[in-house]
Amino acid sequence: MDLVKLGLTAQELPGAVPARTIRVNPEQFRAVCQEALTEGGLLQALWASDERDSGSGYLLRVALQDAQGLVIVELPITNEDDGYPNLAEIFPAADRMQRAVDDLLGLKSWSGDTRPWLRHAAWPMDYFPLRKDSHPPESAAIRDEHYAFVPVRGDGVHEIAVGPVHAGTIEPGHFRFSVVGEKVLRLEERLGYTHKGIERRFQGMAVEAGQRLAARVSGDSAVAFSWAYCMAAESLSGTTPPPRALWLRALWLERERIANHLGDLGALGNDAGFGVGLAQFSRLKEDLLRANERAVGARYPMDVITPGGIATDFDDTQRRALKADISPLRAEIQVLREIYDDHAGLQDRFVGAGRVEPGLARKLGLIGLAGRASGQAWDLRTDHPHPPYDQLEVRMCGRLEGDVAARVAVRFDELNESLLLCEAILDELPIGDILAPRAAPTAGRLGLGWIEGWRGPVFVALEMTETGGIRRCHPHDPSWQNWPVLEHAIIGNIVPDFPLINKSFNLSYSGHDI
Amino acid sequence: MLRTLKKIASVGIVSEPMPAAEGQWRLRSEIEARILATLGRALCIRHVDAGSCNGCELEIHALTNPYYNLEGAGIKFVASPRHADMLLVTGPVSKNMVSALKRVYEATPEPKLVVAVGDCGSGRGVFCPSYAVCGRVADVIPVDVEIPGCPPSPAALLQGIAAAIAVGRS
Repeated sequence: MDLVKLGLTAQELPGAVPARTIRVNPEQFRAVCQEALTEGGLLQALWASDERDSGSGYLLRVALQDAQGLVIVELPITNEDDGYPNLAEIFPAADRMQRAVDDLLGLKSWSGDTRPWLRHAAWPMDYFPLRKDSHPPESAAIRDEHYAFVPVRGDGVHEIAVGPVHAGTIEPGHFRFSVVGEKVLRLEERLGYTHKGIERRFQGMAVEAGQRLAARVSGDSAVAFSWAYCMAAESLSGTTPPPRALWLRALWLERERIANHLGDLGALGNDAGFGVGLAQFSRLKEDLLRANERAVGARYPMDVITPGGIATDFDDTQRRALKADISPLRAEIQVLREIYDDHAGLQDRFVGAGRVEPGLARKLGLIGLAGRASGQAWDLRTDHPHPPYDQLEVRMCGRLEGDVAARVAVRFDELNESLLLCEAILDELPIGDILAPRAAPTAGRLGLGWIEGWRGPVFVALEMTETGGIRRCHPHDPSWQNWPVLEHAIIGNIVPDFPLINKSFNLSYSGHDI
Repeated sequence: MLRTLKKIASVGIVSEPMPAAEGQWRLRSEIEARILATLGRALCIRHVDAGSCNGCELEIHALTNPYYNLEGAGIKFVASPRHADMLLVTGPVSKNMVSALKRVYEATPEPKLVVAVGDCGSGRGVFCPSYAVCGRVADVIPVDVEIPGCPPSPAALLQGIAAAIAVGRS
């Protein structure tokens, strides 16, 4: 993105993430975001912080993604009532992020949706968790709230309310369908049920303790969030983890991708009435988890990554064992793929269901795996390869159809790609230290982490205090961008296809609700 | 179709024996026998996520894979609390889930068992203290058994479920 054209000078941000920062006024804020969109850029994250202790009000930040990396646009806001330009007019995905900023800090956009998002009725309206002078309420009465869903009126239109507790073993959220017969006219999501106040919880934590919390922003993406968090912390301390640690991080990230894709492919078969698929894929996933446990003592390597490197290594016997598992797994996946591809009943459910055309995907900012299945060719491992991905030849997998079948196909393709990467990593795994010498993170600066998790890009922005505690940490899951697109994917489909379409996105509630 | 049958036949039965409530892997008949002695029929479980990070859900899902042969032991997950004997509750109970959790508890017919899953469910999780979570399932609804772990393994989940059945019998 050409910032000079807009009369702005950006500053390079040190660290593993290619990023620049610019400070703007409201007019420039809008111009920069518009320019990013015109040039094909994306909205990566939007968050704000209370800077009144340093005498400068509040600071709203937007992370924009372009071909060179990230541009962090910083907009100072002097008073609570000043507000800021409504970014949702440029990037629709900004809408819910702005509402979350209002819930947590009491800063409103000038013309956006004013309904609360993460705030339900569980704490008082005058409590803003991320304001530094705000004290948690002693005990607030928890009430059932009224939420103004958008009504759909017309002959024969009725509503189906689903959740927050769903019929399966999944996370809580509310879906309000407006339907005629079986056909969905409109879906409106109501999320925030798993809001745990993670951003406030981060405040004051030591940098090492922060990793444990970051890993639990969304448990299924623990490796991605851990790595992104540690990458941010390392950029603040000027640390580069030893080569072996970086290669091991990539191994665990790819194994997290494999585990989730295996689970999803089984569940997608099951949701289309093919129970054999679930039985077979869940067996393969269990084999993978047990191999993880043998290698590092944990079925899910949630806390294997630590600031400065890796906490748990394995020996050469384990390396060979992990390598030996790959070929048989690939062969099993191949057979199951042929079974899925040839099964008329499955294909009938998959093809054409929940279609998001590339044009719509682009407009709404669909990212990650679901984005790649709708022609949005972004993958951090190929766009901005950080070590060790700069030494591994990653092939981006994508489709243009944008339906459930395309999201299934991208998962199969990515499984193969991740297996190849794991083989290459295990073959070329450097020998040596796994932890860099400890260095204190610098205060007064922004540290960024940006990792292509299995669902999409995971982003962490971290700031430390002079005394070594966390000042502000914002973890961002790609589900923020993709949840609103699911509302569009279901339009015109029938209600019974919703579980299948929802599963084909498999978005995180916890990662979104934080 | 032929390929599907061939795949099923070649993989065979991978189910393993059930762990005993006390910890060692023993004959699966022990859990089965407890369920039969207490309920006289299958144990129906309703899962409720009360604000977990979804790590516990991954392991509850794993519990339903063929290795653990859950339904073979007479345990099944049901879609409604009205069909359930037991609630399996994960998460530190986010304040936004308090009324839903209470309503699920009320909708579950007596006699009922409640198992709180994971470090969060048992009040040892990373999310507390926080303005947005209660901190422990037992602070919100009555709990019979707490299963520690972040997340607890499928074997630990089975042991906790078995322990709750033992509570139900006593």
